[in-house]
Amino acid sequence: MAVFNLTINNEDLKVDVDPQMPLLWVIRDFAGLTGTKYGCGIAQCGACTVHLDGNPVRSCSIPVSAVNGQKVVTIEGLSEKGDHPLQLAWEEMDVPQCGYCQAGQIMTAAALLKDKPHPSDQDIDNLMSGNICRCGTYNRIKKAIHLAAKGGQS
Amino acid sequence: MNRRNFLKIGITAGGGLVLGLEWLSSCNPAGSGGAEAAMQTLNAFIKIGTDGLVTIMAPNPEIGQGVKTSLPMIVAEELDVDWKNVIVEQAPLDTDKFKRQVAGGSGSVRESWEPFRTAGATGRQMLVNAAAAEWKVDPATCTTEGGMVLHKASGKKIAYGELVEKAATMPVPTNVKFKEPNAYKIIGTRTTNVDLKTIVTGKQKFGIDTKREGMLYATVVRPPAFGQTLKSFDDSEARKMPGVSNVLSFDNKIAVLGRSTWEVMHAARAIKAEWQDDGTLESTADYKANFNKALEKLPEESKRKDGNIKKAFASAAKTFEATFECPFIPHNTMEPMNFFADVKADGVELHGPIQLPDKARNTIAEKFKIPKEQIKVSMTRMGGGFGRRLMTDYVEEAVAISQLAKAPVNVIWRREDDMSGGYYRPMALYKYKAAVDANNKLIAWHHHSVGISGSTARENNFPAGAVENLQVDVHDYKSPVTTGPWRAPIHNYIAFAEESFIDDIAHNLGKDPVAFRLELLEQAKAKPVGKCDYDPDRYAAVIKKAAEMAGWGKPKPEGVYQGIGAHFSFKTYVAQVAEITNVNGQLKISKIYCAVDCGTVINMSGAENQIEGAMIDGLGHAMYGELTLTKGKPDQSNYDRYRLIRMQEAPPIEIQFIRNNEAPTGLGEPGLPPVAAAVANAIFAATGRRLRSQPFMNTGNVFTVEKKAEV
Repeated sequence: MAVFNLTINNEDLKVDVDPQMPLLWVIRDFAGLTGTKYGCGIAQCGACTVHLDGNPVRSCSIPVSAVNGQKVVTIEGLSEKGDHPLQLAWEEMDVPQCGYCQAGQIMTAAALLKDKPHPSDQDIDNLMSGNICRCGTYNRIKKAIHLAAKGGQS
Repeated sequence: MNRRNFLKIGITAGGGLVLGLEWLSSCNPAGSGGAEAAMQTLNAFIKIGTDGLVTIMAPNPEIGQGVKTSLPMIVAEELDVDWKNVIVEQAPLDTDKFKRQVAGGSGSVRESWEPFRTAGATGRQMLVNAAAAEWKVDPATCTTEGGMVLHKASGKKIAYGELVEKAATMPVPTNVKFKEPNAYKIIGTRTTNVDLKTIVTGKQKFGIDTKREGMLYATVVRPPAFGQTLKSFDDSEARKMPGVSNVLSFDNKIAVLGRSTWEVMHAARAIKAEWQDDGTLESTADYKANFNKALEKLPEESKRKDGNIKKAFASAAKTFEATFECPFIPHNTMEPMNFFADVKADGVELHGPIQLPDKARNTIAEKFKIPKEQIKVSMTRMGGGFGRRLMTDYVEEAVAISQLAKAPVNVIWRREDDMSGGYYRPMALYKYKAAVDANNKLIAWHHHSVGISGSTARENNFPAGAVENLQVDVHDYKSPVTTGPWRAPIHNYIAFAEESFIDDIAHNLGKDPVAFRLELLEQAKAKPVGKCDYDPDRYAAVIKKAAEMAGWGKPKPEGVYQGIGAHFSFKTYVAQVAEITNVNGQLKISKIYCAVDCGTVINMSGAENQIEGAMIDGLGHAMYGELTLTKGKPDQSNYDRYRLIRMQEAPPIEIQFIRNNEAPTGLGEPGLPPVAAAVANAIFAATGRRLRSQPFMNTGNVFTVEKKAEV
């Protein structure tokens, strides 16, 4: 057990846990932010994607001891009013079916758009293929990313 | 239409009107389920506030199939209110108020179409009657629009919210009239999911997110192989680990309880358990051998027998045979199994993801000897179902653990537990034989199959009805591997087998695959043989539509090939044409066209999403899905060794719905079955190679062409 000081969505959190505990579970069970999801625990499905200093990471496979003062942003902190261009595009395209994987999809896409504001289909395929959607909403996800990239104008 | 309506009226604390509609409906959706379906009773619950806001309860569990949006749309349409003024609430399990709280069999909209329209229309008529009494005019001279009653002659209008008190004192109208489909303002529109905002902002709660005061997280160590039991275990190390508060054993399993999810998952790995078995554990290879042996002879009784196949095969001009292997596949819902249970002396609270909440309550009542009335069940939005949550094993575990621990618990499965936890689509083997006469007319069809614990045939489905001599023979193989329904049960595999076989026969006879199917459907229409579940005209219409969308039979650019697959399930007709493009020897599914007849489409956005998702799901599992066993133990337990389809593998899809005013039919499942055949038949067109088993990836790289074989 050890004490860790974290900044999640600009809020400080102090936890006393096993240094091996993955960031995912600190976020879910100790910060009480359940928008970040558990899917596989081995960085294969992307449901647990959060931003660490702006970079998309699989929080299920990063021990809390490795976070080290980096800023954590989860789906709850992506935008203040739920109006990030991707969130709006997701609504416009009516993307989700069950909805479970979508926070991870949006967090991965948000990091993609920061690097590539106007991604091609190929760019989207390359970056988003680490995120599984069991309901098969991939084509709508792709359309929503393009829509957000165009500033919401379809 | 003999419909008796009983209306319960009440005034809410805030002064609004509550309509609790109960009725016994004898309206039987065409051809569905006979007496049982005819007696199906349903109940809707509408609250109209004095502020004009209308709350409609969504009674059915939401697994991503969209019923939390589509069912209230039906009520709102007939009630004639603006959708923007509708609030949808998920109802808890209450079999007195809501009769069919089920997510399964693609049945929610099918079964609710009549009763939900009746609920809305009765509410609307009551409000009209109240306004007419107020204005002292004939109700027939009043109309409604967007939550208002209007009297055009006098120019009077009044909002529903102002009529609720008066309406509550009036007699309940019977034999209400439904809207004409051309007057629909909500049904058929593109309406977004009612939980969209909470989903995209991470605020939506799923079962796995349940946390209550004093609650413990729990995870369970189960026998690693099907057929094993617990011999002994050592929990001394696990008990010492941080966050762990208890370890307990029940029913050949060991539960670890504690303050956080990861701590109990981590400690579960430190449990040293010894398992035992009787030495008869089976592997995938054993099933294959035993299935082949089972198909050496026919079962004592056939599931269906039309004409005489023996005679027909003896007199045939040509015969055809094909064998198809179907693997086990797990459901792999993205949200692993989990359930919250709080067992107290005076009752049980259950909360979580469940497709059959009533079955869960009944099972718990019986197994734990708790009166049904003391069990409260509420449903969360589910991170997928696909049939896995029709089972109640994980609810039973949660109750057992809460009872032993004397604490509220959320039992969460690790992905590894979930994938190796059973209830799979059963492994099966199919042998088909068919024959044609001297005129190349299909005169005999034999379906012979074996699968684990359950049926492997849909004996009244196409091509039954179109073939004079047809026999369906099924063997049941017993195994300790638990199996169960998996999205579009049985359909999800036989559509591939049968539609590939029909394609094969067509090619061998030099017939166009689309024309051959239409010829068979023409036979089924002109001279139907035996019981037949489908309407040949509607079936033929989707095939023609998909062919037209894809430009079937028209000249194609060099290197473009097409294959067709069609299937009827859950009363819905679906045909798909897959198009494959050869780019320098590398094949790519460039597009799949899909035509659907599901009767009236309630929510166009949701309907397209369901069909497209089902096609991608079906394609992914046909390409990659397989769970194998070694001595009863699953060889795959996470996504590193079990491949699910990803974005780069999802092809563009174009969907068209046949426009008609028929009653709505199933949508959550019917899009899945035809896709594997459409793709396999396109691969045949491109390569000359027939795929006979799933997953396709086991056949080598099916998307690489060495040379185009002579067809």
